[in-house]
Amino acid sequence: MIFEGLSSRLQETFKRLKGRGKLTEKDVKAALREVKLALLEADVNYKVVRDFVKKVQERAVGAEVMESLTPGQHVVKIVRDELTELMGGKAVQLRFESSPPHILMLCGLQGSGKTTTAGKLAKHLQKQGRRPLLVACDIYRPAAIKQLQVVGEKVGIPVFTLGEEDPVVIAKAAKEHALENNNDVIILDTAGRLHIDTELMAELQAIKEAVKVEYTVLVVDAMTGQDAVTVAEEFDQALNIDGVILTKLDGDARGGAALSVRAVTGKPILFGGFGEKTEALEVFHPDRMASRILGMGDVLTLIEKAEANLDQQRAEEMGKRILTAEFTLEDFLEYMAQMRKMGPLDEILQMLPGANKIRGLKNIKVDEKQLKRIEAIIQSMTLEERRRPEIIDGSRRRRIAAGAGVKVQDVNKLLKQFNESKKLMKQLGLLEKKAKKSGFFSLFK
Amino acid sequence: MWGLMEIARVGFFSKLKEGLAKTRNGLVAKIENLFQGQSEITEELYEDLEAILVQADLGVDAALNLVETLRERVKAERIKEARRLTEILKEELKELIGEPGKLAKNPEGPTVVMVVGVNGTGKTTSTGKLAYHLVGEGNKVLLGAADTFRAAAIEQLEIWGERSRASVIKHQMGSDPAAVAYDAVQAGLSRGSDYILIDTAGRLHTQTNLMQELEKIGRVIGRAMPGAPHEILLVIDATTGQNALSQAKLFSKAVPITGIILTKLDGTAKGGIVAAVADTLKVPVKFIGLGEGPDDLKPFDTDSFVEALFERD
Ligand SMILES: Nc1nc2c(ncn2[C@@H]2O[C@H](COP(=O)(O)OP(=O)(O)OP(=O)(O)O)[C@@H](O)[C@H]2O)c(=O)[nH]1
Ligand SMILES: [Mg+2]
Repeated sequence: MIFEGLSSRLQETFKRLKGRGKLTEKDVKAALREVKLALLEADVNYKVVRDFVKKVQERAVGAEVMESLTPGQHVVKIVRDELTELMGGKAVQLRFESSPPHILMLCGLQGSGKTTTAGKLAKHLQKQGRRPLLVACDIYRPAAIKQLQVVGEKVGIPVFTLGEEDPVVIAKAAKEHALENNNDVIILDTAGRLHIDTELMAELQAIKEAVKVEYTVLVVDAMTGQDAVTVAEEFDQALNIDGVILTKLDGDARGGAALSVRAVTGKPILFGGFGEKTEALEVFHPDRMASRILGMGDVLTLIEKAEANLDQQRAEEMGKRILTAEFTLEDFLEYMAQMRKMGPLDEILQMLPGANKIRGLKNIKVDEKQLKRIEAIIQSMTLEERRRPEIIDGSRRRRIAAGAGVKVQDVNKLLKQFNESKKLMKQLGLLEKKAKKSGFFSLFK
Repeated sequence: MWGLMEIARVGFFSKLKEGLAKTRNGLVAKIENLFQGQSEITEELYEDLEAILVQADLGVDAALNLVETLRERVKAERIKEARRLTEILKEELKELIGEPGKLAKNPEGPTVVMVVGVNGTGKTTSTGKLAYHLVGEGNKVLLGAADTFRAAAIEQLEIWGERSRASVIKHQMGSDPAAVAYDAVQAGLSRGSDYILIDTAGRLHTQTNLMQELEKIGRVIGRAMPGAPHEILLVIDATTGQNALSQAKLFSKAVPITGIILTKLDGTAKGGIVAAVADTLKVPVKFIGLGEGPDDLKPFDTDSFVEALFERD
């Protein structure tokens, strides 16, 4: 996978870069060369990459290398931080300020996912207590109106259509309709069009003028290549867009278009589309996207979290232990305490590169109450029992249950789960061995 | 509408944008030099060529490889003039993409064509355009509406059926797409159709269950008519970047792809990734899409495609 190719290449570079203190120009250049290739492979526009790398270089040279990172890793950390910042830092929420009905217009190239997104967005807004109205302004593509009607029906949201009337007329009438029917948000689904189609671009401008669109949103396919820059620039110039929705993120595209679009328009990315289902719309997280574009899982986040909250050496030891069969309940107790400091366990698990490949790990839901109970149970065990859970027989189980104030079944369940997770951890260990070839896990160290 | 932080950021972006404009102008000037052929062959020239290739979505790997080959040839053939570089590069590219391909024709009985690809690439439109083109050539064409998933996909194909005067075999939305394909082939056989074109639902290549479904559709078509499908066309959107390669690999794992349709070349995207796709799958590009009208499907031509990759706007 691309993933491995990149990380192993980065590792190679990092190996060559040793030493402490301040980042030298040499360190930075070597690491940035790899970063540049990584960004290009992720489809970030060539010119955006060039400019970005130059800016990062200026900022990185002379920076103090963080204690637990190699110089190369530190450069990547800076890159990631800058990427995150570039994409807006924090997630942005839709905020309506004018008086209702608020009008939101979706526009973009053909096939970028406008209609599907319209349905998802309507559903999202409805969940927030709004009363959206979907409006079919694509009068060109065969069966486009019907498509929106079906989508609307599925999500239980009214769809306003006037057949193949002029889209400006449709939008105006939709506004009237919304006022009469107490709809507070209007979502205009427009026809896909090329940014160079001046006639059709003028149509969008006309709609915007006629009905005072509050949010003009450009819908961009995450798989878009170098042309994302041109498309975004042209749409923004013609319409002064307010934000972007990135679609089809459920695939394996690295999504460099996010960066390109952001760089040329400066407009925030509002949502990401993660599937064809109507719920598959998520608030956009610049930090996650930065990691995705760099192709490194959320390794850096993990490093950061670990550094902030964990004693480095302990973490390393622990990391090694949990990946072997020697892992005991005592370790588990300690591990839970450490992990608790780092944040919710399921989030941490999601961040482990390759973790989603292990069956069972993906859907783990960690219940904090349950964790407390587990802690109590282990604490009622003797040291001997924690180290060798196989000696825990029926009478010991009863004693432990009484001590922890839980049912015997709870103790049974924990022991069973512990055995299972030990197996899981062993699998993770094997994964690590495999990944070692590509030098991936050494990023942790 | 946005807070202060946002305004500060926008400021940063306008700077970045200025920078971009400068690099762009710089690049164009250099390339013009290059075309005039007066300059010497310098390291910078190689880098510029690499940049052109990357910006045409050829991909980093392909771009680096091509330029490496170029360097070798320059050395081996003792080339001195810069203007020769683009010529050689074009040759190499044409080699990579290969000869264009023609639509398969089954000499005995109907030709069954399956159209596949990720969401929104232009499968239905291409299927419709292809039908229009084939009917225009005097063929009897039958369409199979095997996208039973996307809202109004069936209606969309039906409209194309009317436009191209091809009949459409359909079931209800949500029904088994393989069953539709089966019925379409059966109907085509009994009606003596020349071509049976099966439109399928868009699916991401990473969705294993949907890729299995595609495999099944292919298998069931083969059961309805041994030897079919005779052609499986992968539709790739020219706007797509590196992901097209992943699409190509995973789609061809599910079904044997026999050709490529490259759509939306009427925009500003160059569609360079198709070179890597054609080279990896070892299948020809057969058609290109140049718009949404019924006449906008054209046979692929390697030479003009490569020329267009180097055109600057
Ligand atoms: N400009 C341009 N638009 C195209 C071309 N081919 C298709 N389109 C448009 O792209 C959009 C998507 O095309 P469809 O044919 O619906 O794509 P699809 O692959 O069948 O989509 P799904 O079935 O939803 O996955 C439509 O608006 C088409 O009109 C082309 O060559 N050029
Ligand atoms: Mg379709």
